[in-house]
Amino acid sequence: MTIRDTLHETFSALTANKVRTSLTMLGIIIGISSVITMVSIGQGAQGAIQSSIQSIGSNLIIIYPGAQRGPGYQVSTGRGSSHTLTPGDASAMEQNVANIAAVSPESSGRYQVTAKGTNTNTSVTGVTSAYTAVHNVQVSDGAFITDSDNTNLRKIAVIGPTTRDDLFGAGSDAIGQVIRIKGLQFTVVGITVSKGSSGFNNQDDAIYIPLSAAQLFLVGDSSYVSTISVSAVSADVMTQVQNDITTMLLDRHHISDPTQADFNVLNQASIVSAASSVTSTFTLLLGAVAGISLVVGGIGIMNMMLTTVTERTREIGLRKAIGAKRRDINIQFLTEAVALTVIGGAIGVALGWGAAYAVTKLGLLQTSISMSSVLLAFGVSAAIGIVFGYYPARRASRLNPIEALRYE
Amino acid sequence: MIEIKNIKKTYITGDVETHALRGVSFTVEDGEFVAIMGPSGSGKSTLMHLLGALDTPTSGIYKLDGHDVSKFSDDELAEIRRNRIGFVFQSFNLLPRATVLRNVMLPLIYANVPTEERERLARIALKNAGLDEDRFNHKSNQLSGGQIQRVAIARALVNNPSLILADEPTGNLDTQTGNIVLGTFQRLNEDLKRTIILITHEKDVAEHADRIIHIRDGEIVEDGRKHTKRVIKHEQ
Repeated sequence: MTIRDTLHETFSALTANKVRTSLTMLGIIIGISSVITMVSIGQGAQGAIQSSIQSIGSNLIIIYPGAQRGPGYQVSTGRGSSHTLTPGDASAMEQNVANIAAVSPESSGRYQVTAKGTNTNTSVTGVTSAYTAVHNVQVSDGAFITDSDNTNLRKIAVIGPTTRDDLFGAGSDAIGQVIRIKGLQFTVVGITVSKGSSGFNNQDDAIYIPLSAAQLFLVGDSSYVSTISVSAVSADVMTQVQNDITTMLLDRHHISDPTQADFNVLNQASIVSAASSVTSTFTLLLGAVAGISLVVGGIGIMNMMLTTVTERTREIGLRKAIGAKRRDINIQFLTEAVALTVIGGAIGVALGWGAAYAVTKLGLLQTSISMSSVLLAFGVSAAIGIVFGYYPARRASRLNPIEALRYE
Repeated sequence: MIEIKNIKKTYITGDVETHALRGVSFTVEDGEFVAIMGPSGSGKSTLMHLLGALDTPTSGIYKLDGHDVSKFSDDELAEIRRNRIGFVFQSFNLLPRATVLRNVMLPLIYANVPTEERERLARIALKNAGLDEDRFNHKSNQLSGGQIQRVAIARALVNNPSLILADEPTGNLDTQTGNIVLGTFQRLNEDLKRTIILITHEKDVAEHADRIIHIRDGEIVEDGRKHTKRVIKHEQ
């Protein structure tokens, strides 16, 4: 029996009872389409969270001050409040720790900012030219703060698009305009490219000024910085860089017990991996729920195939009488089961794809369908056909032709 | 040629042994038209199953064209049926959802005959079985009983078998249609020299064959040509 003949027989058998065939297929269609949709939503969520974390900066390690404890004092002033990080720490890192791409010392605070009668309260960060590289900040109009701006204590500002809209009106040209921070005049020299918000922090609502100016004019103390952000050369060396920074800072701050450290080192990779482990568990959960419906669909196939074998007992007897071997009968019924699941799987993939597309179009989430999940769905549906078709096909092939022909 | 030597078949259900055949021997030459006749329970159905290679005997030898079929495995039996035997059943057993041509081609599909060749052979077989060409693409539920049985005969003929085995072929037909079918068998036997074994419980039907083997209680009680053969005039 050739493949063409087998397919011809399968087609005629499946079209003989269209209602039953399509109802049985529906089980597989629902199963496969929900697997595809759920997994794509899960992967979309994972992608969204990862890109949101990545937008803070690439291969980012953030060092911020810990609680300040004087000798003999048991009173903590709260994490991040102490003034333990110095510009010297930043330059020491740059010189002594391997695999660092850029170091950005920062001094930030929230201030009331005014411009021509409008005002807003936003974060003002004193930065160096390294800030753009470490935090993936780009300038759409004008220029970012340069090293000479820092050396010359220039009172200039680069502002985020949201801040510009708040102060000067949406889409207006703010370059060359003057803003007042703490009563001091700063000239706007650049607007950053919009990055969107990440969590509670809107990165578009920010003002960047030279670090030296921030320390001198806003904080009034140029001996410390509020955070130091470090960009490692690659994701692989993050742990090494983090460990080296910790060792070096402990040494510089003369602290022998790491639990007493007056600073914290936060690794972006650990945030990303924590977030992705949450989302992949979530994806697995969704996939498992959808997988259960796939198994139920498979049992539906088996049920239909067993009914078919019983109904067509005489036909099987006749086929055997005119020379069909066990193998021929086996293949015929197995092909029917696999055809049901594969056709159902194809429709399911199309439906799942459509649903995922709809989710994206409705703006709920940027879903992503990988070719691998489509291939997997096809593989799984064919496998379900084989698994759940095996027993009925075997039963058909083992029928005794004499009894099968006599069957009423 | 068919040689049967001392064939016995015993069925065991629980503790009860049923001797369906108690030592049957006969020979059928190529081109013979033989009727096996006996009442129900005589063992003629069992004999039909053995002759049709659907089953193997408990003991004894069955040689079909020199092959000893009695010890064959399931798949070897399937091969013998595919190449050397054509069946005609009382209840026709056509596939209702397939066309006449497709039904007749079915044995050739399992025999791996190329697609183009199948249709040619099926058309020849249908013509030999006496079915009009305008019926070839009908489904079996659009045909009369006599036409259906002729499609079944064509299906039995199509693989050019050594033996056509007809099990009560007129059992579901009225006398007139039955006679047409029996006439078809006679014509196949005379014109195409087909070996035909007809299994029936009716004397009238059996008398259309040249030779009648009477079977009763699992044994042959008579084997001969003493009757007057009923000849059906060819209907062409």
